[in-house]
Parts: sequence; structure tokens; C-alpha cells
Amino acid sequence: MSAQSYTAATSVDEALEAMATGARPIAGGTDLVVGARGGKAPLPDALVAIHRVSELRGIREQEGGLVLGALATHADIVASSSACELFTALADASAIVGSHATRTAGTIGGNVMNASPAMETGGPLICFDAVATLRSASGTRRVALTDLFTGPGRTVAEPGELLTELAIPTPKDGTGSCYARLEYRRQMEIAIVGATAVVTLDGGTVRDARIAITALAPTIHRVAEAEQALNGSDASDAAVHAAADAAAGASRPISDVRGSAQYRRAMAAVLTRRAISTAITRARGGRFPIPASPALHGAVNGGAA
Amino acid sequence: MRYDATLKVNGRAYPVAIEPGRNLLSVLRSEVGLTGAKEGCDDSECGACMVLLDGQPVNSCSYLALQADGREIVTIEGLAGEDGDLHPLQQAFLDQGGVQCGFCTPGMLISAKALLDRNPSPDEDEIRLALSGNLCRCTGYSGIVRAVQAVAEQR
Repeated sequence: MSAQSYTAATSVDEALEAMATGARPIAGGTDLVVGARGGKAPLPDALVAIHRVSELRGIREQEGGLVLGALATHADIVASSSACELFTALADASAIVGSHATRTAGTIGGNVMNASPAMETGGPLICFDAVATLRSASGTRRVALTDLFTGPGRTVAEPGELLTELAIPTPKDGTGSCYARLEYRRQMEIAIVGATAVVTLDGGTVRDARIAITALAPTIHRVAEAEQALNGSDASDAAVHAAADAAAGASRPISDVRGSAQYRRAMAAVLTRRAISTAITRARGGRFPIPASPALHGAVNGGAA
Repeated sequence: MRYDATLKVNGRAYPVAIEPGRNLLSVLRSEVGLTGAKEGCDDSECGACMVLLDGQPVNSCSYLALQADGREIVTIEGLAGEDGDLHPLQQAFLDQGGVQCGFCTPGMLISAKALLDRNPSPDEDEIRLALSGNLCRCTGYSGIVRAVQAVAEQR
């Protein structure tokens, strides 16, 4: 480990001051420390710990949506009834990050800024039109999540910029959503393939569909062809299959120890189909439990959206 | 450079001077001298290093020790009562055959305690799910699950 200096900030301004002189932020450490110990990337020379910065904590409702502080943990998200009911795909994703020991320490801000193409919450945040607030010593800007990721481990954020919060607008009535993951193990797993669907129904017709694929390209991204296959349809099995096939067709997976590109592409269709079908079920008011949440967080199942 | 910190472990304060990159597990084992938490995978896969930090489960191999400064840590050594009486979970692990080589046991017990603190009466699937971040290579898990179920039923 190469970290030489450490400071624990108690306010955003203190954190930004340290970052302006080259320090990098650390919150739960569940990616940074593991990555350093595994030899993937050494810890930054200068660290500024932000876990004590109370203004970055918590989840709050505001006019027209929800705001997640950068330090909101995955456990916080799954325990939030607003997140479970309105942003069910995000709760699906946070509920399966790591194990309960990861979810109590790991934060949404760290998850996003680590920018893994296999991370669970990216697809839901993109599909829900989340906007990140990036602050630096010289100012504040807002970046849509769909524009944030530029490659594996890379974002548009400058070195001195800190993600302070994520704002997510409330979905329209009639919306159901789901994040589904292919996994080999129930916990401490990273997506081999992941898919997000956010579907808004108007009567029996799909008014708006958002589909994103995870661990299938250098960045998590929406698939316009898949969305077009569903938009205006009657949400029939044929439309769901067409959308799932389009998502698989848009994937550019790698082969690694966890799966071949060919296998990932085949599973992309399966996982996208599952995500869309569950999103439609939820949009129609059907119950489909968030994985793991009752056992691990004592939260009520997020069924109807 | 080393930084001063105070780790409150099992109710006792331990002043330490540590480098920024040190993880909590290595400081607990080498500086504090409590070797109950184990280094299994060193990659946040196995849960053998799990401790409670302010009451919440954390894989201590993946947490910076300096970030635990001033916070309450409970390790496996803190589970038994001051008179040495085993915690009900520890006794149940013995009674139900939840321990073989014992390497995963400290993390398994901390994980089970975290589960029961949050949900006093989990069913079998909830127990299996909560403990699936903790790997055991000996028992086949059945005895472990039975042990947690037995304690849950007493509550």
C-alpha cells in the first residue's frame, strides 16, 4: 500500500480543500482497499477520508424526486421505503451488492465513482435519469449519469471533483422497474451480466421503456434498439423477446475467468428478458420481492411501483 | 508517516500509531493483539475477518484502520460475557456441530450476530442468505444454519 498521508474531513469544504492539493477521497473503502490489497491499483498517495462528513449522509425526499447523499450506503437505500417503492430497480441492485458487511460500509457515491462496468447500481441510476452533483474548490456542476462514465474505472470527473449527491426524479405513474444479475454465488458477487428495465405502462401500452446493460461493454449504457422494440407495444412476450434480443445484439462483452464473451452475450438476452418481465409485472401492480431485503434489512418488499 | 488513533475494541480503548494504508484487520491482529478475526482470502470474499463497527458488520481486511478511529469495534473476543460465559450463538455452534477447523467461525459468528441484531427471527433461507458472504470449507453449513436457527427460536 502506498498511501503516505491521511486526513479525515468533517465538512465538504475541508474535503475539497484536501482534494485541491491532490488528495483522493475514501468513504467505505470496499472498492479502494480491496483493489489495493489485490494489487489492482495502489491506494492514492494522499487520502482524505469523508466518512465523517455528515452533510453527505442520508436519503431525502425533495420536490419531484429523491436525493441520495454520496455517503448513503447500500443498506440505507434498501431500508428506504421511497427507494423500494419508486426506484425498485435501484433497491434490487443495492440489495445484492457484496454481503451485508459490504452494504453497511459501501456507499452509493463510491460505487458510482469507482465506475466499474459491472457495478450493480449504474444501470438503474442511468435509466431513472439520475443526475450527479460534482463539487470542487472552484465550483459545482451537474452531470447526468448517462454522461458520467467514459470507460472502465473512468468518469468525466476532474481529480479535484467530489460527487456530493445524486438526484433522481420520481418516475411517472404506471412505472415498474427491475435490475437482474447473473451470479454464481448469492453474495460477494459481481455481475457476470446485468440488465435494468424501467417500464412505464399507459393502460396496456408501453409508453416509455428504459433498458440498460451491465458488464457487457466498457461502460454501462442504455440500448436504444431494445427500448424501441418495447415502446408503443402491448408488452407482449414477443415484444419482450425482441427487446431482449436487441440488448444482446448491442453487447460487446469481454471473455475472462468469469465467463466467455459468447456466454455473456447469450445470457444478456436471458437477463434482459427477466428484468423487463419483472418490471412489467411491477408496473401492473404485481408483487415481486426485492432480492434479500426482508432478511437482510428488515424492509418491506417493494412490489407495486 | 504514522498517525495516532484510538481503537475502542470490545469496550477497551487501544491507542495505536499506524500508517494510512493499514487495514483494520492487520491492526487488530498485530497492534491490538487480538487474533480472533482471521485473514482468509484477503480479498473481501470470505468474511473470516468480519467485525462489528458501531454495531454494523464490516470486512476488516477491506477497511482502513484510521477510519475506525474513536468508533466501537466488536471482535469475536468480545462476544462472550465478562465471566467467560459463551454467547448463545457460540454455545449453539458447539452444540449443533457448526465448528470444524474453526477458521471461518469468528467471522461466521459476527455475521450471525449482525443478522440476529437486525432480525431476531429469521427463517432458514434468510439465515443462509445473510451468511452467504461467509465461506466455510469444512462443515457444509448445515450445522451453522441449525445453530443460528436454534438461537433464533430461543428469542
